[in-house]
Amino acid sequence: MRTSTLLDEARRAVLGGGRDLSLEELRGLASLPVEDVPSLAALAHEVRLDRCGPEVEVEGILSAKTGGCPEDCHFCSQSSKFETPVRPTGYLDMDQVLAAARETKELGASEFCIVMALRGPDERTIDNVIEATKVIQDETGLNVAASLGILTRDQAERLAAGGVHRYNHNLETSRSFFPEIVSTHTWDERFETCSMVRETGMELCCGALLGMGESTDQRIELLGQLREVGPTEVPLNFLNPRPGTPLGDRSVMEPLDAIRWIALFRLALPEVILRYAGGREVTLGELQAMGMTAGINALIVGNYLTTLGRQPLQDIKMLADLKMPIGALSKVI
Amino acid sequence: MYCSGCGRPESECDGACLRPLDIPRFCSECARKLDVQVTPQGYEATCRTHGEPAPKRL
Repeated sequence: MRTSTLLDEARRAVLGGGRDLSLEELRGLASLPVEDVPSLAALAHEVRLDRCGPEVEVEGILSAKTGGCPEDCHFCSQSSKFETPVRPTGYLDMDQVLAAARETKELGASEFCIVMALRGPDERTIDNVIEATKVIQDETGLNVAASLGILTRDQAERLAAGGVHRYNHNLETSRSFFPEIVSTHTWDERFETCSMVRETGMELCCGALLGMGESTDQRIELLGQLREVGPTEVPLNFLNPRPGTPLGDRSVMEPLDAIRWIALFRLALPEVILRYAGGREVTLGELQAMGMTAGINALIVGNYLTTLGRQPLQDIKMLADLKMPIGALSKVI
Repeated sequence: MYCSGCGRPESECDGACLRPLDIPRFCSECARKLDVQVTPQGYEATCRTHGEPAPKRL
């Protein structure tokens, strides 16, 4: 089918009829020639403006417990299973976490996420995160999110009652590809935690990591699975190959291919907060602004967990140039 | 002296191991892994043997 026909049909479905695109339709769009990616991006931008508006949500993240993770996620330099340059460090104390939240506030963010490299938290960790949540909210007014691994129902309920606004737990990749990437837990365990998070009333932040060797069909499969789990936010990561990990020698994605998939994520998930996350700088380079007009409506500013981001002022200027105001999106959508 | 990206002797590494936006991970004096804490606007890298260098603000 011709590109213009595919795009016209997609536009009619999403913008005209308010109908979700089928996975088959998304597969068709995924195979458009590379020269048509800007047209695909333009459609995704229309959908984003129609469903979400022009606001962009800005978030800062902090690794509050780094390295030494017992899991073997093949992309991760914090796994204890691989010989990487990351040295495990202990839990940060309250003052350190609060200082990082204040740094985040200075950047104009509305969201601050406390991340720990764990299979799942113990009770003391849950207590500490709840206490930190209250202090950060009182001192900075930021919404507090957490990413602590696999949860029990009781833990999820306690975090929700303790004021954690959003919980991050990524599916990362499709169910069929997941065993190639992780062997120490299953995709279904991840899905279960995601479902539980929603049931407790926290917003679910459930993301993807592209560029690990998954096929186009597996990316489409993941889009269907993300629809099933129903996240408020989808952080979109691109593999930044880390030395010492099993994926350390992979190449980064081609920039226009990354733009294509940003657009497809927006078209598949029209109302989610679609956030630029790790790997965008090394993958997209000069095309980062193009991603903002291909469906992205949120970003992590500043540094990541174990690597640096670009200068926050570059992002703030990019948003100003694009006339995209910064706002807290869960209040908008 | 050692490469702060990979910990090998400087004579064996041209520095290309340190990719854009990577943080130094090895002490240039003793090649031990550094304790690194990344924060939203900066990072601190400390060698347990050679003490605590001043925090590096970006």
